[in-house]
Amino acid sequence: MQRGLILCLIALFAVAALIGSVAVGSVSIPAGELLAAFSGKASGPVADIVWKLRLPRVAAGFACGGLLALAGTLLQVLLRNPLADPYIFGVSGGAALGVLLAMLLGFGAAIQSGLGLAGAIGASAAVFLLSFRGGEWNPYRLLLTGVVIAAGLNAALSLILVLAPHTAVKGMLYWLMGDLGYAGNPVPALLVLAVLLAVILPLARMLNVLALGRTKALSLGVPVAGMEILLYVLAAVATVTAVLVGGTIGFIGLIVPHLVRLLGLADHRWLLPASVLAGGSLLVVADAFARSLWAPLQFPVGVLTALLGVPVLLLLLAGRSDAAR
Amino acid sequence: MLRAESLRVAFPGRILVDGLSLEFGAGRVWAILGRNGSGKSTLLRTLAGLQPPQAGSVLLDEVALHSIARRHAASRIGVMLQEETTEFWGTARDYVLLGRHPHAHGVFGWSQTDEGIAAAEIAAQNLGALAGRAFTTLSGGERQRARAAALFTQRPRIYLVDEPLQHLDLPHQIALLERLALEATQGALVIMVLHDLLFASRYCDHFLLLQGDGRFDAGPREQALDAERLSRLYGFPLDAVEVRGERLFLPVPPVNKGPHV
Repeated sequence: MQRGLILCLIALFAVAALIGSVAVGSVSIPAGELLAAFSGKASGPVADIVWKLRLPRVAAGFACGGLLALAGTLLQVLLRNPLADPYIFGVSGGAALGVLLAMLLGFGAAIQSGLGLAGAIGASAAVFLLSFRGGEWNPYRLLLTGVVIAAGLNAALSLILVLAPHTAVKGMLYWLMGDLGYAGNPVPALLVLAVLLAVILPLARMLNVLALGRTKALSLGVPVAGMEILLYVLAAVATVTAVLVGGTIGFIGLIVPHLVRLLGLADHRWLLPASVLAGGSLLVVADAFARSLWAPLQFPVGVLTALLGVPVLLLLLAGRSDAAR
Repeated sequence: MLRAESLRVAFPGRILVDGLSLEFGAGRVWAILGRNGSGKSTLLRTLAGLQPPQAGSVLLDEVALHSIARRHAASRIGVMLQEETTEFWGTARDYVLLGRHPHAHGVFGWSQTDEGIAAAEIAAQNLGALAGRAFTTLSGGERQRARAAALFTQRPRIYLVDEPLQHLDLPHQIALLERLALEATQGALVIMVLHDLLFASRYCDHFLLLQGDGRFDAGPREQALDAERLSRLYGFPLDAVEVRGERLFLPVPPVNKGPHV
């Protein structure tokens, strides 16, 4: 019952974050006009800002944050490592290489996304195949392979940044830090998020068992190898989708699952939905700040997620130092 | 109930057990004895279907174990590993409830039956007051009792337990052995890896002695347990003594050193 209450509070926070961040920005919209715009009664610039600018961006931000938090939660189960992060399997590096290469060569948004997708799939497939040697899965090898490939890709990214003309570097840096400015249509990402949740939620109890270790989970009837491949694929799809929407936004995937666990929802049946809600709303709030703090100047949201997420997690850790573990 | 057929269990580069054909029948309590590294745990995991044998096969109710769905096998075979995780996300109660996983029907929650069985097993292990505590904050012995509670919550008919007495104090060691013996009198099969000869000879009726080089001895207590055979098994002299009508095996003190004063 208490867990239900916590999940409800997180859901309420998510709703408040969504509505609030539609209202704020370089032009702030009072509650009355916001309500009118939502109900479709208003027209003119306010309705345009709400429906054409803010809402798609907020929805994209929510999907992106939810996907990252989901990927982080799944990877922390898969690798049994609290430091697992959606970017460990080279998805971010691969996508970044594709996108920045497209930017360097002056291609448009569609080709950027296409090359980004190709890079992300290429890198994560390489990590997967290299770490899945001889049919035997080893989380440590996966972790190490991911770190090594990410390091290699980072070097390539630095090279591109050095070679790129000055005018292009700023856009590249924004993309690398994570920015929702070019998010576009949020519907595909929201659909991916919904599908992933629909696949993994019924398996939440199995994730609980899997946390006992591979052999023990096998002895309790969990098809361990199949589950691990599924977790990898789901986490990779979530990460690739999120990266294509908002660039490589840091910290959400690492911090949100811990945040939700510290709030008392460690059982994956609760942790999964709560992480998605919390990740989505945290990113939306961070983006609202990024848009409005120094408006009309806009920050890359990735800077804000770190600035917001780190103190929140440190506070929770300090407050719960004994109870947490 | 469980049958090994020409089983060969090996470690990379070393054959541990070879040509093991043995019927493990219902109601029996088997002990697997042997020195460190003789393959006791590996054999136990193989019998549980958690790792494939190098040759031969394990049959559960006359069906090859590797062809049985893991979940069905898990509803029949309960395993306590020698080393299990000390990291866990939830409370002791959350941990014990996971033992119901092979039986759980609902997609999401636990049924009243599941909750009831878990609560009863928690109480049986004297963990009632600790059920709401984070698993990671339990002491070694309390964790071991939580593992035992999870094992009995699984309600298997075959118990494969590896050093179940570790971390337990004497009363809890005896309580666990009594419980396993009780399960056997009710038709379960128990196979355990033990290092304690006193408890092994008191609670087990059949013995599998692993030499660690492929050879083994197997049989009922009267046939498998004698001082000479055990001395050879452990590479250490043992004496048989009779105490209150019970035959015990004691290590012979080293000759020229004597007991330390």
